[in-house]
Formats: sequence, C-alpha cells, structure tokens
Amino acid sequence: MTAIVDYGVGNLFSLKSSMEAIGEETVVTSDENVLRTAERIILPGVGAFEDAIKKLKETGLDKVVIEEAQKGKPLMGICLGMQMLLERSFEYGEHQGLGLIKGEVRFIGEVIPKDLKIPHIGWNGLHLKGEKHPIFKYINEGDHVYFVHSYYGAKCSDCTIATAEYGAELTAAVADNNVCGCQFHPEKSGDVGLRILRAFCEMGGMA
Amino acid sequence: MITKRIIPCLDVRAGRVVKGVNFQGISDVSSPVELAKYYSENGADELVFYDITASFEERAIFTDILKEVARTIFIPLTVGGGINTLDDFDRVLKCGADKVSVNSGAIRNPKLIYEAAKRYGDQCVVISADVKRVDGVFRVFSKGGRENTGMEAVEWIKRCVDMGAGEVVLNSIDTDGVKKGFDLEMLDAVCNAVSVPVIASGGAGGIEDFVKLFKTVPKVDAGLAASIFHFGEVKISDLKMELKANGIDMRI
Repeated sequence: MTAIVDYGVGNLFSLKSSMEAIGEETVVTSDENVLRTAERIILPGVGAFEDAIKKLKETGLDKVVIEEAQKGKPLMGICLGMQMLLERSFEYGEHQGLGLIKGEVRFIGEVIPKDLKIPHIGWNGLHLKGEKHPIFKYINEGDHVYFVHSYYGAKCSDCTIATAEYGAELTAAVADNNVCGCQFHPEKSGDVGLRILRAFCEMGGMA
Repeated sequence: MITKRIIPCLDVRAGRVVKGVNFQGISDVSSPVELAKYYSENGADELVFYDITASFEERAIFTDILKEVARTIFIPLTVGGGINTLDDFDRVLKCGADKVSVNSGAIRNPKLIYEAAKRYGDQCVVISADVKRVDGVFRVFSKGGRENTGMEAVEWIKRCVDMGAGEVVLNSIDTDGVKKGFDLEMLDAVCNAVSVPVIASGGAGGIEDFVKLFKTVPKVDAGLAASIFHFGEVKISDLKMELKANGIDMRI
C-alpha cells in the first residue's frame, strides 16, 4: 500500500487515480500511523516552497517522512515534493528543506537564456544520468515527461539521475538509495509516467 | 527541448462531445471519455474540455464526466466554459483539471484572473480569447463569439497576462470552421506581445496547416483543433510524424 502525504497543499485526485490505474492500493492521508505502516510514501506538492514546507511542518509529518525514509522505506517526492527533499530553497528568501537529498532549490532564470519562457512548462525528454535508477526500469533515454516549474534542484551532483534540456541541463529527477524525487509530474506524463510509478511501486526498501 | 503540443478540443454538452462550425450547426460526435482515452493513447499532448452547457443539471453531468476522464487518462487537462468565479475554478480543479480557461467570465470580471492566479498559480490560469477582425482591427468577442466587446485583442490579452494568466488560447473567429489554416497574422501579433505560451485555435483543415503554423510562427507553442480529429480526417500520430519530419520537435 502506498500513502500519499496530505498536508493541505494541492489537489491529489490525479495522483491517486494514476496509482489506482496501475493497480496499486493507495491512500491519501495525514495520519502518522498510516504513513508508518505504508510500504512506500509519496510526497506531492504544488505552489510556493515556503508555504508548503511550513504546512508540512505544522502537521508534524515532516519528521515522520524523514524517519521512515531513514529506515529505508521507498519515498518519492513529486514536483515541489521533490524540491522539499533537498537541503534548502532560495524561492523568495532562504528556507530549510528536509535535507534527505543533496542540493538546493534555485530559480531557473539564473541558468537558462533570457528568451526562454518561465515556467518551464510542457513535455520534455529525459536524459538519464549514471547507473539507471530502479524508477527508470521501464524508461528509455529521451522518453518525454510533463513539466511545470520555475525553480529547480541545483547542486544535486551525483544524486541527479535524470536531466531535461531547456537552455540548460535542468535536474529532472534525483535519488539517494530509497529516496527519490521527480521534478516532472509522472501522474500527467501519460504511459511513461505510469511506468515510472509502477517501477517505484516495485522498488524494494533498503533497511 | 520542450516539444510543440497538439491538443484536441472537446466541446461537451449534456454529456456528449459536439463541435460547431463557426459556432453554429452543432452535431453530436462521441462520448467524451472514449474520445479522451483514444486521443491520449494516440499521441495527444493535452486535452481541452469546453463545457457548453447552459443549465445547472447539465453542469453537474459535465463535472461527473470530467472526473471520469481524469480517472482514465493521465495527460494535462484544461477545462473551460462557464468559469465565472473562484468557486468554478475550485469545482473543476477538484475533478482533476490542471488548468482552467476563462473567457467571458474574465471579460465581465477581469479581477478573476488575478485572484485565481494568486490562489492556484499562474500556470493554472488560461485566458481564452475569441477574436475577429472588425474594420481591420482585432476585436475581442464574448458569449461564444456572438458579442463584440469593442476591446482591442492584443491589448486585452496583454492585460490578462499582466494579471497572471499563464497561457493564452487564441481562437480566430475569422478562420474557425473554415478549415483553410490557422490565423497566422493574428497569432504572430499576439506571440510578439506576450511571453507566456500561446495556443493556436481555429482553422485547421489538414496536416499542412499545422506544418505552416509552426514554421511561420515558431513562437506558437501548440495547435488546437476539434472536428478534424473527431471525424478522423487527421490522425494525431500521422500529424506528429509529419511535423517531426519537418524538423519540429514532437513527443512521439
């Protein structure tokens, strides 16, 4: 069973539906006990970093997510959820992240040419980096996924498992053992996205 | 790089997909859920649903159908039609829409764009404009293209983007339903005025019209069409292969 963390940010209908479409039993929850008993956790997120991390901390679920991840439970952050896994964010000020993965959140305008539109929105190809991560088991180099973001994960170095080219190599996915994150939206990336979610559900824990 | 997008548009009334020619002479085509699934499996990059119902009961049917679509397909969904308040935004977003398109609702109350963008983010708010030449000037029309608002179109669209609209659907009434190609002149004028994605709508008659669109107005991000897809005149997979062969970046 997969638990999607519900901390009052965004709409989780599509994410839950996409998990059900691959046959995975999925619960949207803000209950600590459910997160602790789930086989894996998805941390979603939309909107601004400061507001989201504040809400997550207010629920106290940040500690639960960190502890479960440290025990080896598979954890996937999606979009802003991925950014929250990093150490800090520079979106409107400086804010602490969960620190589960190396890196910091920066404005894409700092690295892409001025004539490109912000946000980076639409379908873009994945460039897989390093050894193929288990979540990309059913993915090929160049497969397209759907992005909507104005900030990205910088300095993720060897935790970067995929990038997308948008006038610069933007971090598309990160991972450190059982903890992974996608900047794009697998639940909006058609069949490719469903294959990533399926591979995540097949990923074992790392105790 | 980001690919250009191909977007089928589904006008939904009383639970069925319909498409008018020049906004008149509506004919029933198919089931929204079936069509959406078909398009998603055959290469559509996104879907636009327009709720063209008038009554309260039909609106409830529309939201049920939207939910069913969002449960079945997993590509971005834009919903428009009858969006007049923040509650309307809320209603369709909860059913799985990713973007909400406003047209007459924004003309009546431009602040709606600002308020929706503040609450849901710019990327969520799409300004859809029906535009027609009147004495050589691009004018914005409301109420499904029936009423001339007197506003100049490029200025109106710029104003909407300044208020927070994150995307523009430009529907040319002059070319809509005529099937002789998109309104390249109108699109060029809008693309040069705003820095958010612009979706071309109205006039697609065949594959060559899309090739011409992306070649002539490279700033356009997406091409939208309805009847040529619904009636099978153009298959999206064939269209995308042909565009790719012409050097246009596509998700195949």
